[in-house]
Amino acid sequence: MDITKIPHINEVSAFHGEYKPEDCEKKSTVRFDERQKASRKVLPSIEEAIKRSGLKDGMTISFHHHFRNGDYVVNMVVDQIAKMGIKNLTLAASSLTDCHWPLIDHIKNGVINHIETSGLRGKLAEEISRGLMDFPIIFRSHGGRAAAIETEELHIDVAFLGAPSCDPYGNANGYNRDDENSSCCGSLGYAKLDAQHADKCIVITDHLVNFPNAPFGIPESRVDWVVVVDNIGDPKGIMSGATRYTKNPKELLIAKTAADVIEASGYFEDNFSMQMGSGGASLATARFLRDKMIEKDIKCRFALGGITGQIVQMHEEGLVKRILDVQSFDLIAANSLKNNRFHQQIDASYYASYVNRGAAVNQLDFVILSALEIDVDFNVNVMTGSDGVIRGAVGGHPDTAAGASLTVVTAPLLRGRIPTVCERVNTICTPGNTIDVLVTDQGVAVNPNRPELKEKLIAAGLPVTTIEKLKERAEKVVGKPEPIQYKDRIVGVLMYRNNTVIDVIRQIKED
Amino acid sequence: MSGRLRRSMLFVPGNNPGMIRDAHIYGSDSIMFDLEDSVAITEKDTARFLVYKALTTLNYGKKELVVRINDLSSGIGIMDLEAIVRARPDVIRLPKTETAQDVIDCEREIERIEREAGIPVGSTGMMAAIESAIGVLNAKEIAFSSKRLIGIALGAEDYVTDLKATRSPEGIELMFARGMIVNAAKAAGIMALDTVYSDVNNEEGFIAEATLIRKMGFDGKSVINPRQIRPLHAVFTPSERDLKKAMAIMDAIAEANARGSGVASLNGKMIDKPIVARAQYLLELYERSKAMPVEEV
Repeated sequence: MDITKIPHINEVSAFHGEYKPEDCEKKSTVRFDERQKASRKVLPSIEEAIKRSGLKDGMTISFHHHFRNGDYVVNMVVDQIAKMGIKNLTLAASSLTDCHWPLIDHIKNGVINHIETSGLRGKLAEEISRGLMDFPIIFRSHGGRAAAIETEELHIDVAFLGAPSCDPYGNANGYNRDDENSSCCGSLGYAKLDAQHADKCIVITDHLVNFPNAPFGIPESRVDWVVVVDNIGDPKGIMSGATRYTKNPKELLIAKTAADVIEASGYFEDNFSMQMGSGGASLATARFLRDKMIEKDIKCRFALGGITGQIVQMHEEGLVKRILDVQSFDLIAANSLKNNRFHQQIDASYYASYVNRGAAVNQLDFVILSALEIDVDFNVNVMTGSDGVIRGAVGGHPDTAAGASLTVVTAPLLRGRIPTVCERVNTICTPGNTIDVLVTDQGVAVNPNRPELKEKLIAAGLPVTTIEKLKERAEKVVGKPEPIQYKDRIVGVLMYRNNTVIDVIRQIKED
Repeated sequence: MSGRLRRSMLFVPGNNPGMIRDAHIYGSDSIMFDLEDSVAITEKDTARFLVYKALTTLNYGKKELVVRINDLSSGIGIMDLEAIVRARPDVIRLPKTETAQDVIDCEREIERIEREAGIPVGSTGMMAAIESAIGVLNAKEIAFSSKRLIGIALGAEDYVTDLKATRSPEGIELMFARGMIVNAAKAAGIMALDTVYSDVNNEEGFIAEATLIRKMGFDGKSVINPRQIRPLHAVFTPSERDLKKAMAIMDAIAEANARGSGVASLNGKMIDKPIVARAQYLLELYERSKAMPVEEV
């Protein structure tokens, strides 16, 4: 056949050629029993996977934080990289936590010279606050990180993604369908995006299961290699078990007020959508809202975000129609993902990206968020403690605050001797113009740019005051704290979700 | 009915700064700082100092502030009075009251301290907790013993120990004491206040007990956990049905009075003075217990 005779062939196909069998991959006629057990993707060790990935000095590696404080993967992989003598890497994790303190040595010995993350806690965070690293940490929200990956602002060379189950071809999941006793994290929302965009993707699992591991969180089409290890994490750290309902009277008081605020806000109508956090007050708010939903006979269209057992219970009762789950906070949520067909796993971009064609946060009627500090302009700090040391995570805070029609921050007015409401937060994580209401144990403050909302809350008899009065009230009891002493050196940069610098964190000054 | 509602009196251990600081946020009618049984002997000074400081520095708005002192026979009670009266609480609660003389002795000390400190004499209120078999028998004399008394209260744990009985969920062992105390209080025109319900996780049992004491005529109850306040107030809030009935009674009697009659008829039933008084009380209770606006503190 003379393909040049095909009309317009060069216009309809730019890269065509003439079919020749010898140019194609050899057809596989592997024996039945061989196909059952073997795959060229399964490698004997992490070392081998790193070698094959072509990881070199100066590249960027990525990890997810679905194993929370039980994660073994980050330390396991970076230890191996260190042994292989690779240096000056950027570690871009969706978040880091207490258990990642061994990174301190790898920063000191030059293996890691830059970190991107949503959060940082424990010894590693303390050392960084004291100036451990030359490059400042880049903190991004979950949506901000997704957008940075999508726009190549953050390019991932090799992703190392832990998974509680994976088949020999790379179909990976946050739970295991065949074995109830394996570790389990539920949604792989943050890992999904890394798998999609990384140049090379390595799944690390402790449960190799039969192909196909479907339905899957990460598809084999995005996975280069699979490594089987003894343990990917400590199940106790990955899942703290069932989330318990708080008995703390102050949390209950805040939660009751928050639920009353939502009810009076005009957004608590049939087919509403919501996102709740995993803290005591958030969980209690969900329970108060549940009672109100039953009383008013209204349903929730979808619940988004980090998903808890509380939301799952409401889903199973028919109160919440759909669950969009980027991260499962407890075992009940993880099991629901496995068992409930309308519990949908979503990736970080779908959840909250600023640059894609539609993120779920933009569909939120209301969200309940927390705060370490909130200032008179409603700016929120969820990152640095009262001593200026990094001990938190941005998470989806700025993304949901910007996306939701009603953003409610709940916090006690005082924590010990520290007022929560202050003149100026130490670190701005979420800008005040995206926060609508602050609910404390001693009153509710509405952002002045929402006067109609303030009227509604007053009409409902809620204890509405101004944020300045809340600040005064707090300072009357515990006084005004001395400002934290910092050095000039910048140790952290907070990137807002549109990749603009919203604030910096400086090295703490210690006497 | 005197001016104040005392449906709930929240116990706050006097040596717990966090709880002292936040005591006003839960919406109880009164706050009772405790220097007595919730404070270990080694912490008595600390608690006295903390409560004094709290009363003189923190702003609790219009909440009624009560301090439970140690009994005078312990030797600690007098030290409590010396400090606390000067901090100007609304009410001093005297524990383990057995006789009218206990109240009179305490009142004498309070009056002396008021004079010494230049505080208007008589401005410190008192309440007496009855916690023994002899105290219950003397309830009448105790209730009439001082003009400062705003109420008498039952302290069940010591009382039941004295009886050599045990606490039961239905409270059969407290029947006599509750009856004596509520009757003595009402005879003296003061409030009757019930004991604490210790099983804080048993909301159902708590509501049953609150319902019982309300029916008996008690004005309120001590609470040991803020979580008990909301259900307690709900018990003391008149139902819509009762409210409608009370309003109908008031309308009927107003109409009868306009005709020059003191007796009216409603749905075929006679309405006379005591029924009107009860309806009026219920409406007053409702007015006062309506959602209280947030106080500027």
